[in-house]
Amino acid sequence: MHDTGEVADRRAAVCVIGAGASGLAAIKNLREHGFAVDCYERETSVGGAWNWRHHRSPVYAGTRLVTSRARTEFPDFPMPDTWPDYPDHTRLLSYLERYCEHFGLAEHIWFGTEVVSVVPAGDGSWDVTTQSPGGGASHTQRYAAVVVANGHNWAPYLPEFPGADSYRGRLIHAAMCKDPAQLRGRRVLIVGGGNTGCDLAVAGAQHAAEVWHSTRRGHWYGPRYLAGRPVDQVQARLLRRRVPSPLRRWLYRRALRLVVGDLTRHGVAPPPHRPDLGHPVRNGQLAEYLHDGRIVAVPDIARFDAVGVTLADGRHIEPDLVVAATGYRPQFEFLAPELLDTDAEGRPDLHLHAFARQHPTLAVVGLLEPDAGLLPLAHWQSVAVARWLRLYATDRARAAQVQRRESTRAPRGWSGRRAGPAPRDWFAVESTRYLRALEDLLTRLEPA
Amino acid sequence: MRSDLLRFADWSSPVRPVARELSSALPDGDEGRPPLLFVPGLGHGPWAFTEHWLGHAARRGFPAHAVGLRERGDLRAYAHDVVQTAASLPRQAVLIGHGAGALVVSRALARYPARAGVLVAPVLDGWAGLGAALRANPLGTLPAIVGGALRLSRRQLFSPELPVEQADAYRGRLVPAGARAQWQLLAHRAAPRPVGSPPVLVVGSPDDRVVPRAALDRTAARFGAAPLLFPGMGHDLMLDAGWAEPIDAILDWLGKELPPTTP
Repeated sequence: MHDTGEVADRRAAVCVIGAGASGLAAIKNLREHGFAVDCYERETSVGGAWNWRHHRSPVYAGTRLVTSRARTEFPDFPMPDTWPDYPDHTRLLSYLERYCEHFGLAEHIWFGTEVVSVVPAGDGSWDVTTQSPGGGASHTQRYAAVVVANGHNWAPYLPEFPGADSYRGRLIHAAMCKDPAQLRGRRVLIVGGGNTGCDLAVAGAQHAAEVWHSTRRGHWYGPRYLAGRPVDQVQARLLRRRVPSPLRRWLYRRALRLVVGDLTRHGVAPPPHRPDLGHPVRNGQLAEYLHDGRIVAVPDIARFDAVGVTLADGRHIEPDLVVAATGYRPQFEFLAPELLDTDAEGRPDLHLHAFARQHPTLAVVGLLEPDAGLLPLAHWQSVAVARWLRLYATDRARAAQVQRRESTRAPRGWSGRRAGPAPRDWFAVESTRYLRALEDLLTRLEPA
Repeated sequence: MRSDLLRFADWSSPVRPVARELSSALPDGDEGRPPLLFVPGLGHGPWAFTEHWLGHAARRGFPAHAVGLRERGDLRAYAHDVVQTAASLPRQAVLIGHGAGALVVSRALARYPARAGVLVAPVLDGWAGLGAALRANPLGTLPAIVGGALRLSRRQLFSPELPVEQADAYRGRLVPAGARAQWQLLAHRAAPRPVGSPPVLVVGSPDDRVVPRAALDRTAARFGAAPLLFPGMGHDLMLDAGWAEPIDAILDWLGKELPPTTP
């Protein structure tokens, strides 16, 4: 259903979907490579997930980075060096707003505009249909390429819990829990061992009457500082000295044992053997509350009943509030699944988690769960996308050559082994290895 | 030339913050001109630009700033100071470096997508510069070889047209550079390619006794252009008699290369 049957042709322009951190980087880098860009953002301001005013944002009052400033900032636009090692979400949002202002990106963004459909229009071009989030008239424009940067932390993933229908307490996703006051005085069960789950468990320890923390598997719960320095600076020092990976992991485990201790005596599941794949969990307070008994670690949920939960070890607890910090699932409602080779579970198959395999002019930026900050990777991803699109537009033969070479590259080289079954594990990367793969590609995409 | 994706030095040992001196001259209205960030060379400070060039650029509609580099820093820290300052400006900036400041700017251009770069009397070719300095002023240059302070003579810095008392007053404001910074002038590796491929202009004087003409040509060739030359001037083009000509030429070039954006 179109307001008008006419399709406006934007010719060589690129459409960017989403004005979060990844979308802003995409706009800037595409512009820098000579492309005209239209960006569509359903909200009325930039920042995406980091803008807590947005109703789909997963950010809560206490959200702060678990990667330090130097590993979080865009490589060509540093955060002020006077900022704390681990800036909080308000600073990060103001940083993104300044990035947008500094590079004049707002003039390329259509705010309050939702993309409802992206369909191939022949010869690599795309018809993009937009409308206001509340409905109303829709418009279709044709673009030479589409870069999807709608983020992957806004569609809450709630696993199926047996018996949840009969539960008379409240079961909510962590996305609905933005204020610690919601936990005040309650008997809370937090489900999920990621940073959000740990933050909520800590908040519960401070506000709730009783806190259980349920995890399906063990995690390495690291502190944010080691020897007075941010942990990822210490790790980067080892990388810089080319300490081999097994020794680096061994040192990290030894350091964690020294700093955090053995948490299994508090009922925490034993952590996996390899500690450094996927987004790090860094919460120095969790261990303290476990030691204090203010947080009780429990295993996975076996099933719900009317008044509580039976755990995998047979124990029965009776929380009146269950918060599932079980992450988010990427969604691309405007794209047919086959365009990104998405499987039945909802997992896209993208080269370098960015390039659509069947469609050279379709790319996704920011769909990663790195062990360091996402912004640098989104930056370099979008540089690679911009260079690829430029090469594709100007030298089709060489582009085909690069594509053939890249298609023979094994995913293991840049994605590592699969870390786990949750949606966020689909995109887990070791950032150094991933950056090396991108560097390789960028070198090959250089102008001849 | 490889991209600069893996930055282990920055990740493991970020440059420490300092309070950076920033002088600014702003135009009356906003004509959409990009802000200019001037970077002084060894011994100089923002005052070298506030004397003439900053106000002149502002009168021609360009917001103009000059940053002071930290004391006892190295090349990485200086480039960091420039990038931090540029990123703090409201809009994407033009980086303009003089002397060793041009070396700092060439490194900053690899870390920050400047709208354009201008290298004024650039000391990028360290060994040739040392040779020229020894020839022109052996007594002032020899101490630098053994870790002492490099001292530039009046004739190296200024043309005869600048009154002697004015020239000596300027020289009196120069401060000795650290030995580390001086050695990095000689021993540095070539800077990576600028990010975002900004236009780069090289400006100098064929009569400069600090940066020989051949060094100017080599530097300009690296950026694919011929240098813009102002015969008769000394090394300190921004302070010398006739200071208006180079800054007017730079601003004209910027006006052609970067049409104003509507704010």
